[in-house]
Amino acid sequence: MIGPAGTTEGRGHSSGPVHAVLIGAALLFLALFLVAPLVVVFVEAFRKGIGVYLQAVSDPIALAAVKLTLTVAFLVVPINLLFGLAAAWLIARFEFRGRGVLLSLLDLPFSVSPVISGMIFVLLFGAHGYLGHWVMRHDLKIIFALPGIVLATLFVTSPLVARELIPLLESQGTDEEEAALTLGARGWQTFLWVSLPKIRWGLLYGVILCNARAMGEFGAVSVVSGHIRGLTNTIPLHVEILYNEYQIAAAFAVASLLTMLALGTLVAKTMVEWRSGRRLA
Amino acid sequence: MAEKKQRGTRVLPGFGLSMGVTLTYLGLIILIPLATILLRSATLSWSELWETLSAPRTLAAYRLSLTVALVAALVNAIFGLLVAWVLERYTFPGRRLVDGLIDLPFALPTAVAGIVLTTFYAPNGWAGRILDPLGIKVAYTPLGIAIALIFVGMPFVVRTVQPILRGLEPQIEGAAASLGAGPFETFVRVIFPEVLPALLTGTTLAFARGLGEYGSVIFIAGNMPMKTEITPLLIMIQLEQYNYAGAAAIALGFLVVSFSLLLAVNALSAWSAQPKARA
Repeated sequence: MIGPAGTTEGRGHSSGPVHAVLIGAALLFLALFLVAPLVVVFVEAFRKGIGVYLQAVSDPIALAAVKLTLTVAFLVVPINLLFGLAAAWLIARFEFRGRGVLLSLLDLPFSVSPVISGMIFVLLFGAHGYLGHWVMRHDLKIIFALPGIVLATLFVTSPLVARELIPLLESQGTDEEEAALTLGARGWQTFLWVSLPKIRWGLLYGVILCNARAMGEFGAVSVVSGHIRGLTNTIPLHVEILYNEYQIAAAFAVASLLTMLALGTLVAKTMVEWRSGRRLA
Repeated sequence: MAEKKQRGTRVLPGFGLSMGVTLTYLGLIILIPLATILLRSATLSWSELWETLSAPRTLAAYRLSLTVALVAALVNAIFGLLVAWVLERYTFPGRRLVDGLIDLPFALPTAVAGIVLTTFYAPNGWAGRILDPLGIKVAYTPLGIAIALIFVGMPFVVRTVQPILRGLEPQIEGAAASLGAGPFETFVRVIFPEVLPALLTGTTLAFARGLGEYGSVIFIAGNMPMKTEITPLLIMIQLEQYNYAGAAAIALGFLVVSFSLLLAVNALSAWSAQPKARA
């Protein structure tokens, strides 16, 4: 696909100078908006030398943030994987009243600001929230603690797996499932051995996306976390604190970890697309 | 799609289970929590609600969020279409790599985008150093907010327009050309009407994302009340002051305005996707 250097031959028809100008304008825009940010992250992260970088990423508070972020992702991803599977199966495989409404509800978290996504859990479980008294009476900690962060992250990432699977399931039809059932397979056998293998790449990509968002979520987590250093700060919140304390090199060092996660996500997406021979949404 | 209607017999397993899991989860994690916005706003009297929503600071935040998100979405419509076009129609070295990078704003945590853009555009930053002497102030102004929203919204337009361009047969353009249309005319009269619905959808998605965006904006915005304070930040500040009802009311007003706008654009988009009866 990558043409030899200097080639600007169109795949459609058109004439030379127009190509060059359009390609130039698009690449300039992308260089400014995509490449420059990547360069900034790594240059700023290493600006004060590799020593400062290593110190920033191995600082006990940074490590506590990494541990919390991994814990959150470890709890959120499997739950939303199961939910996404159930929701996609329901939407893509059955006709029922209210299916359209359900589909819109599924997407709702995408159109709600992350801050509002966090706020609703504060309204529910916060000290002055609807269940605040109940939470206190039972000596539970939800807001400004791990459960609140998990809940907000669950909300924000809930549509991701289902969104990947619904178009995939809809494009596949149900002939093979029906054949398996006719041949005497039980429902769960059919799902496990016929349906699941057909959607495995889409499922994998949904999980990768869900994981990336769960680890990188900032606004929603910021509302419910309470920013307790070493306890309720995830990696993105730790980056914010370092930045606001003018520890710029350290902030970018920790941010470079998240950037590598993002780049890894993009590579994984490309590989999954390549394996499944399909463009992903 | 036609076969879907025949599924009424429900030979496939798992209807009850998947329905149960989906509804329980939606109820507990999405709907009940969201309902607290309404409940908490309702604890205010009408006059208190009106006072909160019509306060100059609230109105300024609404106006800023809506206008900047709109401007960013329009910029993304133009450049997103351009990028999609270039990626789909031309071959150049590194095209695949560029195509893979388009999703970076989806994958990059917003806080990272925020500090990167601020460092890039701050008066003493990489680009700020050049722009500042020219009198162009980016960081800590609405322009900076727009740049952050252009960053986070860009992939929406590119990724919704790309499949449409890919599906357009080059022969159509050839036919237009052979009938005497110049490249510009071909684009405006043949290609643009085909991509318009997808372009509108992508732009709407970018706009919706921009309305609520928080992480990439707060670092570059400067966050001055009345000037560069976006609505999500105002909600955050109310929460930090334990003004839960105020925060809920501001959120409710914002959701009502943004959902109405999104519905209107969706209707427009559906209208433009109709067969060209009125064209």
